[in-house]
Amino acid sequence: MQKTVVRRRALAAAFPYTVPIFAGFWFIGLAYGVYMNVSGFSFWYPLLMSMTIYGGSLEFLTVSMLLSPFAPVQTLLVALMVQARHLFYGISMLDKYRGLGWKKYYLIFGMCDESFSINYSAKIPEEVDRGWFMFFVTLLNQLYWVSGAAVGGLLGGIISFDTKGLDFVLTAMFVVFFVDQWLREERHYTAVIGVGSSLLCLIFFGPEGFMIPAMVCILALLTLFRGPVERAGGLA
Amino acid sequence: MTLTQQVITVAMCVLGTMATRFLPFIIFSDKRPTPKYVHYLGKALPAAVFGLLVVYCLKGVSVFSGSHGLPELIAVAVTAALHIWKKNMMLSIVGGTACYMLLVQLVF
Repeated sequence: MQKTVVRRRALAAAFPYTVPIFAGFWFIGLAYGVYMNVSGFSFWYPLLMSMTIYGGSLEFLTVSMLLSPFAPVQTLLVALMVQARHLFYGISMLDKYRGLGWKKYYLIFGMCDESFSINYSAKIPEEVDRGWFMFFVTLLNQLYWVSGAAVGGLLGGIISFDTKGLDFVLTAMFVVFFVDQWLREERHYTAVIGVGSSLLCLIFFGPEGFMIPAMVCILALLTLFRGPVERAGGLA
Repeated sequence: MTLTQQVITVAMCVLGTMATRFLPFIIFSDKRPTPKYVHYLGKALPAAVFGLLVVYCLKGVSVFSGSHGLPELIAVAVTAALHIWKKNMMLSIVGGTACYMLLVQLVF
């Protein structure tokens, strides 16, 4: 009985945070399912791939890899490069996911950009169980993504999109998290390092290849300026 | 591709993804104390990562052609301004997205 109350309370607290993700994931998930459908794959493909890979940009890439000659090693390398940013999420969540038992493994499995952002930033009320809150955030987000992809795969070309620009909802969400973090910190060294490195690498390396160099730059600058950043304090 | 090759291809994508998600937790397990440097990174990375994610979302925007990235710039500014003003996550996201949709559908 007590357990049910704890879970229900966590679900009620988690759900509002995931509403923007619902809009964004259904939109992009549908588009992904439709893309697979028109590429000649049955809805089982987007359904199973969104459940197991669970990483939007890589899933889109996998479609073209499935249509190309078999190259498993190259596929693995592409996957590692596209997903490398998750290493940073893991390092940031080491403490927050500690001591949560079996839930920890699901939380790590489902740690996409959006679930990481919410679970890192959310101000979880004291009366709500942290583990269950983060579990429901992660679970709801994955349900949105998988259902969107499956429905898109079923409907295929039948749907026409007149919701142009809706995908901006995820950009807006990251802007909000960025601003939140900015307001919480007294000095903004790390935020400036993040945006600066990313923009410079985007200009130098182009949209397809800037992520890894940007991550290396961020890591190098944070290491180089560790003294000033730590002395400035106020790291939230 | 045969079905087996397809399964292996998808499995490689799963393996690559899960390696990047699980690796930090495997290296810095609960049993040993986390090195101070890694602890510092865990605190310093998020602000930088959110900046990286915003840039990542906007990576396809072309400044030199089409609408020159103006709708994106305006909508990001509106989202940030709304959030600084009201500090209401839903309002900022809905407002910013509505602003962007109006701009790309009606103005640009």
